[in-house]
Amino acid sequence: MTHTNLFLRIRSWLVMLIATVMLQATAGIVYGDGHGNSRVPMPSTETAKGEKCVEPEDVMKRKHMEFILHQRDKTMHEGIRTKQYSLKNCVNCHADPQTQSVLGKDGFCESCHAYAAVSIDCFSCHTDSPEEQDAAVSGTVFGSIFDSNITK
Amino acid sequence: MSLNRREFLGAGAAAVAGTAIAPGIRLIELASARSPEDAVSMQQRWGLLIDSSKCAENCSACVSACHEENGVTDEGSPTTDAQWIRKVTVKNPTSGYSHSLPLMCQHCESPPCADVCPTGASFRRADGIVLVDKHICIGCRYCMMACPYKARSFIHETITDQKADAPRGKGTVESCTLCVHKVDRGDGTTACAEACNKEGHSAILFGDLNDANSEIARRLKTEASQQLRADLNLNTGVRYQGF
Ligand code: HEC
Ligand code: HEC
Ligand code: HEC
Repeated sequence: MTHTNLFLRIRSWLVMLIATVMLQATAGIVYGDGHGNSRVPMPSTETAKGEKCVEPEDVMKRKHMEFILHQRDKTMHEGIRTKQYSLKNCVNCHADPQTQSVLGKDGFCESCHAYAAVSIDCFSCHTDSPEEQDAAVSGTVFGSIFDSNITK
Repeated sequence: MSLNRREFLGAGAAAVAGTAIAPGIRLIELASARSPEDAVSMQQRWGLLIDSSKCAENCSACVSACHEENGVTDEGSPTTDAQWIRKVTVKNPTSGYSHSLPLMCQHCESPPCADVCPTGASFRRADGIVLVDKHICIGCRYCMMACPYKARSFIHETITDQKADAPRGKGTVESCTLCVHKVDRGDGTTACAEACNKEGHSAILFGDLNDANSEIARRLKTEASQQLRADLNLNTGVRYQGF
């Protein structure tokens, strides 16, 4: 009896240890300085325009796809054209000033998607360059309805 | 409360329009002032009134303006290149009288394209604009066959350099959107109507058929007009005069 208990205890310790190591490893990759010992090219997340994103960064990292896909249906079917989660607006801020694009090897969207092995077809129709008249860029104050989601 | 805001926005838009455009157009601006977070509603029904007697036979300014606005490019294949709007010439075989008119999606109240669409990609927005939701279009082209006006095109080629306001891509169907991005912005006009006015023909009038004070509703009430293929009972949002 007791040695089964001991075995269980050791196993749970092992699981925790492995989990901790793995967590640290992923954290090291995701939050690394960009030159870590990764074999895959690190995503390039330089953003020239705007001081902050339309939601806190950690929320954006995890939820940006939900925001834009939701916005897509709102705009298409109900004509709602708020800026905050508009794809146009993402591109306006996140396009590289040099290449005028969010795509390409160091492009904001593409480099991270390549890193995470995500492929999207959005830019076969949507332009990857910012709009010509640039007054369109708009950052939005954080918070609003998503505040409750931010607590981890 | 939302009424107040709308009135306020409307007043602002009217003041701007008053300085920029001829009087009379203000009323349309007023009706179109909707703030970006408000959904479209059945209070509006957008449409066009086209006076073919004012349409010049050799002029295609509306076509170029539409295709410029929406980034509809010539892919070098005249038989399949997209046409959101085209000029057609109609001729009376007995008298020989011929004249031309622009033809585009007629924005039917009961659109056959939406009826046959297997995915729900073809739909009619609450304010009467018939659109393709290209995100769910599978490119089957049933809608193209169902449309009595041959108003839709299929994209055969990979497209680049799209306009931010008009995403387009291979494998989907598209047609006149009544410049939905302009309508939503409150421009109160379409690229084709603007171009026609600029050419001095003023054959195309955009407006809200539901707003009794709009120029389009007033003219429809007081002047003769007709729907193309009225026999089909589609209640089109685009109406014609002059033939
Ligand atoms: C086949 C072409 C096509 C593809 C592919 C496509 N879109 Fe769109 N998208 C459109 C069209 C057309 C509109 C309507 C544009 C308008 O009315 O302004 C649109 C509008 C939108 C809008 C609202 C306008 C804006 O800029 O905010 C969003 C958001 C959007 N799409 C997101 C996406 C996302 C995310 C993807 C990829 C998963 C995608 N789209 C792929 C054609 C496409
Ligand atoms: C006002 C300009 C602006 C707009 C609009 C904007 N962003 Fe951002 N975004 C930023 C800035 C600044 C950062 C933080 C700095 C950085 O990492 O580049 C950021 C960070 C991000 C990140 C985290 C990147 C990382 O560091 O890993 C993602 C993901 C993101 N944005 C996606 C989007 C999407 C999707 C949209 C459209 C819904 C959008 N952004 C709209 C400015 C903007
Ligand atoms: C920090 C890395 C990162 C950045 C930067 C980033 N993405 Fe993503 N994106 C992801 C990941 C990871 C996923 C997959 C999430 C999943 O599958 O659950 C994803 C998924 C998506 C999806 C959903 C795909 C689908 O088929 O469901 C869309 C749309 C999208 N991203 C758009 C964008 C756009 C547009 C930008 C640039 C403005 C962008 N992303 C920038 C990491 C990123």
